[in-house]
Amino acid sequence: MTAVDIQHITHFYGNRPVLDDISLSIRTGTFFTILGPNGSGKTTLMKTISGIENPQTGLVKIMGRPLQNYTRKNLAKTIAFLPQTIPVDFQFTVTELILMGRAPHQGILGLEDQNDLKIADEAMKFVGVEHLAERRLDRLSGGERQRIYIAKALCQEPRIILLDEPTASLDLAHQIHIMDLMERLKTEKGVTVVMVSHDVNLAAMYAECLLLLKEGKIVKTGSPNDVLTKHTLEKTYDCTLFIDKNPLGDFPRVALVPNKFKDKQEKDLG
Amino acid sequence: MKPPVPFVWKRLLTITCLLFCLLLPALFLGLCAGSSGIQFMAVYDALTGSGNTDSILHDIVWRIRFPRVMLALLVGSTLSLGGLVFQALLRNPLAEPYILGISGGSAIGAIIGILAGLSRFPGVSLAAFAGSISTLLVILFVTSGQSMIKKDILLLSGVMVNAFCSAVIMFLVSITQDARLHSIIFWLMGDLSMSETGQVWILLLMLFPCFILLFLLSHSMNLLLLGREIAQTTGINIKGVTLALLITTSFMVSATVSYCGLIGFVGLVVPHFLRLLLGPDHRILVPACVLGGGAYLVLCDMMARVLPEQGEMPVGIITAMVGAPLFIYLLKRSKSR
Repeated sequence: MTAVDIQHITHFYGNRPVLDDISLSIRTGTFFTILGPNGSGKTTLMKTISGIENPQTGLVKIMGRPLQNYTRKNLAKTIAFLPQTIPVDFQFTVTELILMGRAPHQGILGLEDQNDLKIADEAMKFVGVEHLAERRLDRLSGGERQRIYIAKALCQEPRIILLDEPTASLDLAHQIHIMDLMERLKTEKGVTVVMVSHDVNLAAMYAECLLLLKEGKIVKTGSPNDVLTKHTLEKTYDCTLFIDKNPLGDFPRVALVPNKFKDKQEKDLG
Repeated sequence: MKPPVPFVWKRLLTITCLLFCLLLPALFLGLCAGSSGIQFMAVYDALTGSGNTDSILHDIVWRIRFPRVMLALLVGSTLSLGGLVFQALLRNPLAEPYILGISGGSAIGAIIGILAGLSRFPGVSLAAFAGSISTLLVILFVTSGQSMIKKDILLLSGVMVNAFCSAVIMFLVSITQDARLHSIIFWLMGDLSMSETGQVWILLLMLFPCFILLFLLSHSMNLLLLGREIAQTTGINIKGVTLALLITTSFMVSATVSYCGLIGFVGLVVPHFLRLLLGPDHRILVPACVLGGGAYLVLCDMMARVLPEQGEMPVGIITAMVGAPLFIYLLKRSKSR
């Protein structure tokens, strides 16, 4: 079963193609990561999958159904989206914010019943923020906020969760925490996780399938070992890299090579 | 097992009752105040019809003060709601109900009406209403399509339309030299004195459905605060909600402005004050603004009638003189926290 099926989508901003004839399919219950240099169209691809942007041509199918056939509420019950920048400058409490994720399951006024409260409570426990329940959002740290927005997304009870660089501005501990959360979400709840990332190493360790984008076109798609090769990555990112096998398992480990070490690397490793 | 009454209903009922209890004394105080000072007992007798009712006072209370207090209540509610909606919609704390150029447009309409020698009602009111609706249409046209959702474009076009309108107003004022100047200035400063019971009922009929509609959209406003992307992927029709909020609010504000001119600061101060007091949930804030904003303007209007030795002053002076320092105080306090 495919969770997301994209056929020949093209998206223009003005005359510039941001996505150029992209086709891909994401299997249900997998961890899928989209990689690529800045401006390669990663975010636009995410917005297209989540229904925020409409592609000029092509077809997007979610759980086997064309995207246009979903009502907004039904789509929100299927896909939850966590954008790159999340708003922080308001005074809702953590519970109030997480409950907003129940909106697609509720009436127009968003009045919560016991079931909603129960689901919000479970979501809070799942991401480990129950001790923050009554705190105000604008008084929390970046890592805590990110987890709270994930809990809000979980309240939608989605089949697919889309995250746009969720670890970008977090410290090491918070990065691994978010990634572990996503892995648990996949294995425990069977949710399909689709993530845009700049961190090649995190992607290699968690994702089952990678997509490498450059200038709106697919460079390569497949398992981390297939995609994260020295040749492909250096061509895509246009920089010198050092790649070996990660001692933790059967996936590559990527390191940047600064200019001053370039000669050394060529001499030592060929 | 707790009873399945949503938490929000309970809060809503408590806060609505509390504010209602505040509003009633404000209304009574408004009815008691007049050019001859504040008379509690006499007005109480006139209202209940008991005791030795003074028939002149009875007429004053019911035919002059009652419509005026009701008008102040409706205008205060509308302006507060307008401020609340635009602050959420544009995610700008300085947004106020006149932000889309409604003030400028209606002022031009009203001034043209006054200069053309039309009667206060319905002539000048209709001219003002036409003026504000046309600026709204201009704004909607300018920002139509995709860009409407981008808040800054809305904000900027509103500011520009207002600036243009101010220039036209100044031009019209500068070429007017006779007695009509006084009534133009009074209108620009906000004036609740020209109220009749019949007109107040018409206004209530126009505004009440808008209040209900805004309450129904209140949870969507909460979600709008999460930003366009999260709101849309949580099931909100951003374009539809934005347009509904814009048109409803602008219509309400236009209707009140055409009755009583420009009353500043109510729409800026009341929503912020209530937000600091009650939190950011719009399902609570919409009814709170209706009751609290109404009470605020009723009290300000009472002061505008009682404070001067002779006659009265435009209520806009009081709302700004009370509101501006209060607003700065709140701003300072919220920053230092």
